[in-house]
Amino acid sequence: MKRLEPLIFELSSPGRRAYSLPALDVPEQDLGQLLPAGELRQVPAELPEVSEVDVVRHFTRLSQLNHGVDIGFYPLGSCTMKYNPKINEVVAGLPGFANLHPYVPESMAQGALQLLYEIEQYLCEIGGMARATLQPAAGAHGELTGLLIIKAYHQARGERRTKVIIPDSAHGTNPASAVMVGMETVEVKSDHRGGVDVEVLRRVMDESVSCLMLTNPNTLGLFDENIHVIADIVHQKGGLLYYDGANANAIMGYARPGDTGFDVVHFNLHKTFATPHGGGGPGSGPVGVREDLVKYLPVPLVDFDGQRYLLNYDLPDTIGRVKLYYGNFSTIIKAYAYIRAMGPDGLKKVSENAVLNANYLMRKLLEHYDLPYDRHCKHEFVVKPGRIKEKTGVRTLDISKRLLDYGVHPPTNYFPLIVEEALMIEPTETESIETLDYFVETMNQIAREAYADPERVKTAPHTTVVGRLDEATAARRPVVRWKKE
Amino acid sequence: MNFIPNTERDRQRMLEAIGIRSIEELFEDIPDIVRLKRELDLPRAMSESELYSHMVGLAGANSSFHEYVSFLGAGAYDHYIPAVVQHVLGRSEFYTAYTPYQPEVSQAVLQSIYEYQTMICELTGMDVSNASMYDGATAMAEAAMIACGQTRRKKIVVARSVHPEYRAVIHTYARGADLEVVEVDFQKDSGQVCGSGLAGQVPGAGCVLVQQPNFFGCIEDVQSIGNLARQHGALFVVAVDPLSLGVLRPPASYGADMVVGEGQPLGVPMSFGGPYLGFFAVTEKLMRRIPGRVVGATVDVRGQRGFVLTLQTREQHIRREKATSNICSNEALCALAATVYLSWLGKEGIQDLARHCLQKAAYARDRITSLDGYQRAFSAPHFKEFAVRCQVGTGRVLDELLKKKIIAGYPLGRDYPELDDVLLISVTEKRSRGQIDALVSGLEGLA
Repeated sequence: MKRLEPLIFELSSPGRRAYSLPALDVPEQDLGQLLPAGELRQVPAELPEVSEVDVVRHFTRLSQLNHGVDIGFYPLGSCTMKYNPKINEVVAGLPGFANLHPYVPESMAQGALQLLYEIEQYLCEIGGMARATLQPAAGAHGELTGLLIIKAYHQARGERRTKVIIPDSAHGTNPASAVMVGMETVEVKSDHRGGVDVEVLRRVMDESVSCLMLTNPNTLGLFDENIHVIADIVHQKGGLLYYDGANANAIMGYARPGDTGFDVVHFNLHKTFATPHGGGGPGSGPVGVREDLVKYLPVPLVDFDGQRYLLNYDLPDTIGRVKLYYGNFSTIIKAYAYIRAMGPDGLKKVSENAVLNANYLMRKLLEHYDLPYDRHCKHEFVVKPGRIKEKTGVRTLDISKRLLDYGVHPPTNYFPLIVEEALMIEPTETESIETLDYFVETMNQIAREAYADPERVKTAPHTTVVGRLDEATAARRPVVRWKKE
Repeated sequence: MNFIPNTERDRQRMLEAIGIRSIEELFEDIPDIVRLKRELDLPRAMSESELYSHMVGLAGANSSFHEYVSFLGAGAYDHYIPAVVQHVLGRSEFYTAYTPYQPEVSQAVLQSIYEYQTMICELTGMDVSNASMYDGATAMAEAAMIACGQTRRKKIVVARSVHPEYRAVIHTYARGADLEVVEVDFQKDSGQVCGSGLAGQVPGAGCVLVQQPNFFGCIEDVQSIGNLARQHGALFVVAVDPLSLGVLRPPASYGADMVVGEGQPLGVPMSFGGPYLGFFAVTEKLMRRIPGRVVGATVDVRGQRGFVLTLQTREQHIRREKATSNICSNEALCALAATVYLSWLGKEGIQDLARHCLQKAAYARDRITSLDGYQRAFSAPHFKEFAVRCQVGTGRVLDELLKKKIIAGYPLGRDYPELDDVLLISVTEKRSRGQIDALVSGLEGLA
């Protein structure tokens, strides 16, 4: 029986402790001699006072209140919740990696630098790019980096371009990133096939446009069949094409963004390359660019002079740094290990099976759920409970909450925004047909429940440790920290 | 290796269900002219045992801190990480979860972030903390963006005594947002930011950014800087070492509007620079401008306490181009490490730990500067790091001590040409008197 866990602060008891420190084996000086009296802390921070057993039990009990990929199916669309291989966790923790200070002399970090150098090459091969930076810490951070590179490119050509075109199916990070580099966003509608409306694009594309940001396949899980036409339209007016790699799990070994006309590409190592999401991070969002944009990449790059690996800061046109040190190294190790484990044929099989799983699931769900765009999907797809909602009033949110009672994490809800009541489903390649069939059966069961007893679905979940939470009050009267009473 | 459970037989059944003959048919929407018609040029697949050996080889090509005694800090610190931290982080309920969009099955992540936010507020004295940023540098850069947005001003004033890589990131972000960055130099004798320089630049600025202790380890006169900022309507942004707050007063007490910093000292391995975590805390007044995820307490339909992501109308997935930041993924697992670490350390432990670092650093400083040929570079008091001028030059010091398996510190000349004979030495609680004495005798032989 799962029970709610008190806050660690509520377990606190004065004088209790878990920590131990090495002896203070130097002569102790008067605090007043070492620091100005005015800078000394008068009131200690109210950190918990608990024993080590308290700490371990607290976080272990707490952990049991969470769903994760290791517990069950997690078909969260555009998040690529695939299995995270355990060997990757082991190798990332090797002392030669984990205890390495970022400022050790290069001669002491040759293994780490070799790894960075090699994974850059792998990612460039997979993406069809010339070189890449590993510095960005996440997809959105990659977008920011890519847009800064594009801005620098136009500025160097003496052009002031102020707009970024973004399809209406795009991730929210795209417009938010564009604004951070001082751009205005222009939205293009999707056409009846779910792709970019080429005619609309032709009309809005002009010399004031810096770039088009595109996810391909897009958030409907559909590959844009006009990608080469889109690339031509953008390039003809001097714009660049930015690839949001959130959905790259669909195309490895089939198409490379660089070959399809993209100039700047980011990958999400925490999606496509199997590094764990950590409850919200860390991620890693390397950015690759075509040859003539290499000079704008953040510094340092990792180079190899034939004998040793080195950090190259000599890039006069660089956009500068976007992050401390060399990126989320430990995350990058896991992606490196994944690529080495899979090999070229393995990565292609990943995309094959991700796409097969998605299409199988999509077709099997149609008994009760509706498909807004009836064509083969790539690694994910969107359905909606159109008939169910009309007849029973049961909505996407209710279905999602009911899924929790069956031990399944719900799909992404209400996104993309262009499909009403969207359920965006990404099974990934690491799920078996039995898991997919269980999901279908559960979704059908929920549909039957909706028709027979809609209240049962509308008041779900019933078996989770907490029921539906009052988010409105949480936002209106925010309580964002614990306070001692 | 691959992690694909479906067999050929399963795939056939699935193809039949879809009503197609081959998987290839599912890829027909990729136009022929953009298709990759060859295999990716990558190394062949490896078995798990081959992969393990390969990775051990790469890791072994680095010099682990286990073999060396290190006095290297400069933003990443060799503090001891108790075993409980990795134990908790190894729970895959935490590490294989996504951002907690479904609170009913995410109470572990949500509650741990709520505890983290509380600890950051307690340490800094601020009202509101977010769930983490990428690192200290991006946290400071985003704080500067928000300050300029809030004050509707376009000038960022940053002390040159702030970590060089933080400043580099601030410059990058500011260029993107078309904001001006002005750096104010430090005083050559004290190592603190120059007060008159600040007084000249702060009028008209959206924010003033300083680090406490600063990159040289020196304690800045934060009260005066805070007063100056307030007087001119600029927001005061301070980056702090969280462990220093066991002994130094909380930034809220000297008027900080935003407090950021690098959380790596809180139980996160150095891992060649990442992933770490940026913490980000603000006054209540700025709560609705804070970037990223924030967790709040609420109640469920059964009247129980529970936790949810809140104030989401600031965020990109709701507000798109009107969001306060584009941040989506953060460093939640590193924030969990910090939460477990601070639970282990506790109210007394953080004071003890800070005292140990302070005392050991003071001992090292006194011993080193009593040698001929080594002088304190700056007169300002310091916490766990201090700068030493080396008559023989930092290159020689570093090379010679490396032969004795000691990494003596960080050469400040890399970032400050005028400090090319100055070494930045960091002393954590892990360094014993014996190790410090070995550093001292190594230095002594050179002078």
